[in-house]
Amino acid sequence: MPYSEKLVDYFENPRNVGSLDEDDADVGTGTIGSPICGDVMKLQIRINGHEKIVEAKFKTFGCASAIASGSLATEWLMGRSLDEALEIKNANIAKDLELPPEKVHCSVLAEDAIRDAVNDLREKMKKAAEVTEQTAEPQPS
Amino acid sequence: MKKRIYLDNNATTPLDPRVLEAMMPYLTDKFGNAASRDHSFGWEALEAVDRAREQVAALLGAEPREIIFTSGATEGNNTVIKGLAEMYADRGRHIITQPTEHKAVIDPCRYLDKHDYRITMLGVDKYGRIDLNELRDTITDGTILVSIMHGNNEIGTLQPIAEIGKICKEKGVFFHTDVCQTFGKVPIDVQEMGIDLLTLSAHKIHGPKGVGAMYVRRKNPRVRPKPLLHGGGHERGLRSGTLNVPGIVGLGMAAELCGRDMATESKRLTGLRDRLRDGIMSGLDMIFLNGHPTERTPSNLNLAFAYVEAEALMMGFKEIAASSGSACTSASLQPSYVLRALGVDDMLAHGSIRFSLGRFNTADEIDHVIERVIAVVKEKREISPLYEMAQKGIDPRKVEWKVH
Ligand SMILES: Cc1ncc(COP(=O)(O)O)c(C=O)c1O
Ligand code: FES
Repeated sequence: MPYSEKLVDYFENPRNVGSLDEDDADVGTGTIGSPICGDVMKLQIRINGHEKIVEAKFKTFGCASAIASGSLATEWLMGRSLDEALEIKNANIAKDLELPPEKVHCSVLAEDAIRDAVNDLREKMKKAAEVTEQTAEPQPS
Repeated sequence: MKKRIYLDNNATTPLDPRVLEAMMPYLTDKFGNAASRDHSFGWEALEAVDRAREQVAALLGAEPREIIFTSGATEGNNTVIKGLAEMYADRGRHIITQPTEHKAVIDPCRYLDKHDYRITMLGVDKYGRIDLNELRDTITDGTILVSIMHGNNEIGTLQPIAEIGKICKEKGVFFHTDVCQTFGKVPIDVQEMGIDLLTLSAHKIHGPKGVGAMYVRRKNPRVRPKPLLHGGGHERGLRSGTLNVPGIVGLGMAAELCGRDMATESKRLTGLRDRLRDGIMSGLDMIFLNGHPTERTPSNLNLAFAYVEAEALMMGFKEIAASSGSACTSASLQPSYVLRALGVDDMLAHGSIRFSLGRFNTADEIDHVIERVIAVVKEKREISPLYEMAQKGIDPRKVEWKVH
């Protein structure tokens, strides 16, 4: 398989492998794919305040292209806002890693995992805001 | 890259230098056409082809004139299946086979299925073996052929060929078996096993690519498939085309070399195969054997590595050549149809690798492979979300997944 040097590097020395605590209020978790299809990506982001992504971690069950895509995605996520995170598209990842055509779908997994993680975090933030509003209301005694 | 290790001998094998040596004269000075009856160039070519016919027949308990040379097993399987279907269409239009056959059997059957023939796929058990009672019950008056391979190329499972032959004889239907993976490695006798047609290929036994043979029974009963290729009437009219003399000489020599020490070589390969299996399994948990534990070809080991994907593993031990029929290399993301037929869990099918051994593999190589495989599987499990789940006691099969 004629893989690019960059892909091989990100596969052999994956950056940002690992997990963050799913229950942390400032952590968003995306898990996409299924073992039945042969690929699963878990991608997590942590933000500081409501600002920027300060930490990104991933784990992948899948082929070399899927592993490299996840790894590259976590690097690209660092320092971005949530809106900017959603600008990362699978086509950019595929181009940067020079994925062969039949492997382009492996990078889709990374894009979907980012979206899932961002949604998860926004969901959490919304709930947290509701809770604060509720608790801010005067409690009838 | 470190020294490469070849463990994909069920796909193809390196040419034995002794085979090349036997072929050389027929690629150079003795270039004659075996059908040229008028001069010594032709005679020496014919002599060489006749010798090869004897060498192949000897390993099958067949008569030399029952051996037909082909371009390989794909051609052989096509000739047998389509040729018999055409020849005996007035007897019936039903063929029985199994879902774990090589594509060179499956696809000709599919082709016939579209042309008014009926194909029955027998069920296979979790080891890939057919049920003899089901076979017996499936044969009808309209059945003309049963095609069941001897050893499976992907999972190594051996079928009870002699019993199948007996049932076919009782019922009066032709029995074909693809012996690509067992010829020269496991004893075969067309009489004892009741085989009417058989197909094999030279490149699986350290012979050259692009040459193979069919056995076509001449009596009790006589079998006459229609040829695929019409022309000069070579090979009893069953396969026209100028004979590939150097290739055929190579096949003959390769067969003879296998026959010389089949018992010891088979024992050696089985030893290496089991050393590899035990070595890997003693260093890792959640490893499963695909195929039959004992009834399998000496060369084949197929292992499922839970929580990791086969292509990523093989990219991890790049210097080792193995194969995964199960990588989701295509957008369809289908794992191996053979493993599916066995009912292997999808995650395990995606993590399955075939290691297949040959004449030139050594115990030192196997020990290196054991070490590398263990290291790479551990490494890839560390980055696998499924392994992480399993560590937390979550069964990945019971989770609701968001499919992308
Ligand atoms: C079981 C089996 N049948 C058929 C074939 C096809 O043989 P050939 O490459 O000679 O066409 C192979 C190997 O590819 C095989 O393993
Ligand atoms: S993740 Fe399926 S082929 Fe790459």
